Amino acid sequence: MIDSKKYLVAFLITAAIFITAILASNNLNNKKLDSFRAIENRVALDILSSETQFALLEETSCKEIGPGFLSKELGSLGERLSYAESQTGFNDADIEHLKQSYFLLEIKDYLLMKRLTEKCGFKPIFILYFYANEKDACEECDKMGYVLTALRDKYPDLRVYSFDYNLSQLEALKTLVSIYKIKPNLPALVINGETMYGFRSVEELEKAVPALTKLKTRVELLNATTSTSN
Amino acid sequence: MLVVQTYLLYGSLFVSLFFEVFLLITYLEVRGEIRREDEMLKKDLTHFPTVSVIVPVLNEEKTLLGTVDSLLALDYPKDKLRFILVDDGSRDNTWEVMNKFKDHPQFSIYKKENGGKHTAVNFALERVYTDLVGCLDADSFVTESALKKIIPYFDDATVMAVTPSIKVHKPDNFLQYIQKTEYSWSIFLRRMLSSLGALYVTPGPFSIFRTRVFRELGNYREAHMTEDMEMAMRMQKHHYKIVNAHGAHVYTVTPNTLKGLVKQRARWSYGFLNNAFDYRSLFFNRKYGHFGMFIMPIATLSTFTSFILVSNVLRNGVTRMLEAFTRYRAIGFSGDFSLPSFDWYFLNTGTLSIIVLTAMGLTLFILYLSMKLAEGKFKISKALFYYLFLYAFLTPLWLSKALFDMAFRRKVSWR
Repeated sequence: MIDSKKYLVAFLITAAIFITAILASNNLNNKKLDSFRAIENRVALDILSSETQFALLEETSCKEIGPGFLSKELGSLGERLSYAESQTGFNDADIEHLKQSYFLLEIKDYLLMKRLTEKCGFKPIFILYFYANEKDACEECDKMGYVLTALRDKYPDLRVYSFDYNLSQLEALKTLVSIYKIKPNLPALVINGETMYGFRSVEELEKAVPALTKLKTRVELLNATTSTSN
Repeated sequence: MLVVQTYLLYGSLFVSLFFEVFLLITYLEVRGEIRREDEMLKKDLTHFPTVSVIVPVLNEEKTLLGTVDSLLALDYPKDKLRFILVDDGSRDNTWEVMNKFKDHPQFSIYKKENGGKHTAVNFALERVYTDLVGCLDADSFVTESALKKIIPYFDDATVMAVTPSIKVHKPDNFLQYIQKTEYSWSIFLRRMLSSLGALYVTPGPFSIFRTRVFRELGNYREAHMTEDMEMAMRMQKHHYKIVNAHGAHVYTVTPNTLKGLVKQRARWSYGFLNNAFDYRSLFFNRKYGHFGMFIMPIATLSTFTSFILVSNVLRNGVTRMLEAFTRYRAIGFSGDFSLPSFDWYFLNTGTLSIIVLTAMGLTLFILYLSMKLAEGKFKISKALFYYLFLYAFLTPLWLSKALFDMAFRRKVSWR
């Protein structure tokens, strides 16, 4: 009495929509991972290039080291990583791997910056930030993350290195934690060699570290570029 | 728990999408049929069966005259058309208003003790001797041609009842605009259900029956305050054919407050679920075709799946708001004005969002078809806009109320 073919057709179409959605999503997510890896490669290359340049400079002076010496794309890589982490649909193992290599790049960048400071007397401001993704391990990490993003937006020259405290497979990260004797009392910040625990607002950080306010803000930097180009 | 939630969500999406696809396939099948009906309706009527229209009235002194005026304006021979007004124990001036018609040849007026809408209609049904009988709530208005567009469907001797297309009378706030779009959607849905032989409601405003239906199957019952659903289900159970005349338009006054709307819809949902439960023997019963095998089960299921879908939308909204709040507590409003440059990387490309987008696309397409069928044209209006953005947030209000009433067997009230 009823035409069951119609149900079959409707079912097949619906199933096809689902399958297409799954395939399309996988495909797009893979593309995202590819774009992520491409940036990662560029950052790695930047660091390698800076290291090489630095090695060459041991014999000469510091003059030639310009403001673009350190990699610019590390921040964008971090944003992409945290976005990917917040989405479902990415492979956990992929993310874990990306995180490890991102943290390693951060440490390398950090070391390079330190050596630059020693050799050439630069005084870059940097923040080491230790967080945890689990809500019970760190209640205020979400808030802290917003503050650091805002701070980096305000002062583009500020270098923020963020690390997942609980990613213990990474030996280099373990070493970093033990050098600074970071306790699992998160969020933890290291600014100018000083360790702080707990949430700090933008204003509190600026007050605690006056050197921060000496950095050029984005607005000042923008004005500077417009006036030079004129 | 998270896994269960995910499965429920995907399952609900599958069910909704399946239903939309099914409706569209049905539409492709019946397009020709709709065109033939439109042609048939252009011809003049040759045969005018006698018709009675029952108007049950309760405290409706304000809208009653409008309703009666619309009935008097019906394009139909006067000697074939009779009106029965029943005052179901009103406490306002309804009876005085009704008395204006006591000497009118087409009218019979009665007053009885309050007993609920179904008792008023049944009271009148005992006094009906015409071929056909219909009902019109005293907050609804028929268009001039409504009856003429219904009558030709009775040329098919197997048709036992014909339902009209119901539209919103003079919408003027956003709730009524939402309902306007929703009613267009219902007009489309009912037309599709009609072709599937699966109408599960013969709406109070101007559904016309062969009088013998009541003689053979009995009068209206209390039926969990939704006697018009029970009647249709009872007819389906006895294989009495119900069809929809999409060209016959009736306007009805819709709730203009949230409270009123939630109350009405909770009553409908509660009534549907309870009546469906009473007629559960029809479910998955091959004898009842599309009605038993698919429409009744999916209409029941969709009460729950839409609940799951909507609560998911709400949960996402709440999560977003909490995030925004955390951000606000951390850095105030600063940084909000520097929009990030567009980068496709940050577009959500999860499976779920692709499926949801597809389902929304299909919904829009069905709305387009609905408005073409209901209004004759598709227009991007505020009614459409309100419906798309706000309807989803309203449904949980009455669905949860209906499910709550169902669980605790609380009595729902009419007004």
